[in-house]
Amino acid sequence: MIEVRDLVKNLGDFRAVDHVSFTVTRGKIFGFLGPNGAGKTTTIKILTTILHPTSGTILVNGHDPVRDQREVRRAFGIVFQDPSLDDELTALENLELHGILYSVASGDRKKRIEELLKFVELWDRRNDFVKRFSGGMKRRLEVARAFLHRPRILFLDEPTIGLDPQTRNHIWSYIQQMSQEEDVTVFFTTHYMEEADRVAGEVAVIDHGKIVAQGTPAELKERTEAKTLEDAFIALTGHTIREEEASSKDRMRTMARAWGRR
Amino acid sequence: MIGSLGQPLLFLLALGFGFAPTFSKAGGGSYITFITPGIISMGILFTAVFSGIEIIWDRQFGFLKETLVAPVSRIGIVLGRVLGGATVAMVQGTVVLMVCLVAGFRFDRTIFLPLALVFMFLIALLFTAIGTSIGSVLQDMQGFPLVMNFLVMPLFFFSNALFPIQGLPKALQVIVRFNPVTYGVDGLRGSLSSNHGYVFGVGQDLVVLGLLTAVLLGIGSHLFSKIEL
Repeated sequence: MIEVRDLVKNLGDFRAVDHVSFTVTRGKIFGFLGPNGAGKTTTIKILTTILHPTSGTILVNGHDPVRDQREVRRAFGIVFQDPSLDDELTALENLELHGILYSVASGDRKKRIEELLKFVELWDRRNDFVKRFSGGMKRRLEVARAFLHRPRILFLDEPTIGLDPQTRNHIWSYIQQMSQEEDVTVFFTTHYMEEADRVAGEVAVIDHGKIVAQGTPAELKERTEAKTLEDAFIALTGHTIREEEASSKDRMRTMARAWGRR
Repeated sequence: MIGSLGQPLLFLLALGFGFAPTFSKAGGGSYITFITPGIISMGILFTAVFSGIEIIWDRQFGFLKETLVAPVSRIGIVLGRVLGGATVAMVQGTVVLMVCLVAGFRFDRTIFLPLALVFMFLIALLFTAIGTSIGSVLQDMQGFPLVMNFLVMPLFFFSNALFPIQGLPKALQVIVRFNPVTYGVDGLRGSLSSNHGYVFGVGQDLVVLGLLTAVLLGIGSHLFSKIEL
């Protein structure tokens, strides 16, 4: 479903992604793990057409994200690391707009929206403005939105960051159920290793832009003789804390929090 | 909306009433009538540029990101955004106009009012397009004060918004004549009051503003469609 060969991305003189290759099988839930600054988000951006690779070949649902942008965009749904809902619209309006952007026919759209809102337990709040939603509710709405146009692939960039265990469990159970029912391939990143262990059929560990290990969580644990995936992860990537310089985006994120726009 | 009304109002009240006696003694007539088109343009200018620059924010933490991965053309997104921003700026300008009416502004060319609205819309469109171009290129909000202090403020001050262009020192006159705001203000002023009229002629105002808007819309759309996250 996703095929990446020799992907390289230079950001300035920094090589964010360094000859990365991996394959994600159709219908599988694939965890992309790595410390901060390892190249996870950069890879997702390239797969989702919003960043051009320096070199390498990529196929997403059989299409090249550089040449066939439109086809690739039609094929995936995404939940970003940062919120991307329109706060000044209601939950229902946000989904309506998404349906229109992805040209989901109007009758089908109404039905699908109702189904999904009920599924993520936000149907009762459908006419409330998103700005009045909690972080967890926004995330659930974003998950519902990502499934609205029946994507073949779902990208999730740290979908559960900052959420309580209850909400995290709920969100994963929605995703797992939908993935199974509608045969959706899921590609996600996370820092919560027990989460990856539980939901991912296969994981790849990326560090300094290179893939250092790939396989099922059980295989990785076996190879590193670790009890948990977290231990395996540490064994693979080392103990050093990655001191990233705060990017302009991080500074803006801080500002966003200060102004209460999240 | 209320917040962004503050600045034009401050200018209207402080300058409008402060300079009024000097201005009319110098034979310029009512200063409120003179600067109202300038103040309206200012309101539109600031709101329009800002709505464009908001792209920096919106593409990272807002709804814009959702539209950037959707299977729709970037040109469609940017045109929708620019039209939306320009409409808000227009409304802003209209509110300023009403406040100016309360403050004592009178327009005596009622049949030209639609033309005044056209000028307001052109100013709004032009500067939303400029803001969009800047917002598409800048990476973070750090550059924002730079844009405000070295582009927007000079555009406003080095125009005919606050003072008549005739009688300016030669060098300044050249700068003012190269400033698109000048043509917007001139068109608006001429359409609102017969006393001041068009300095450049309504045709020239329309052509300069219209052409520039078209060019900037093109540049803005191009830069926007090149956005990577």
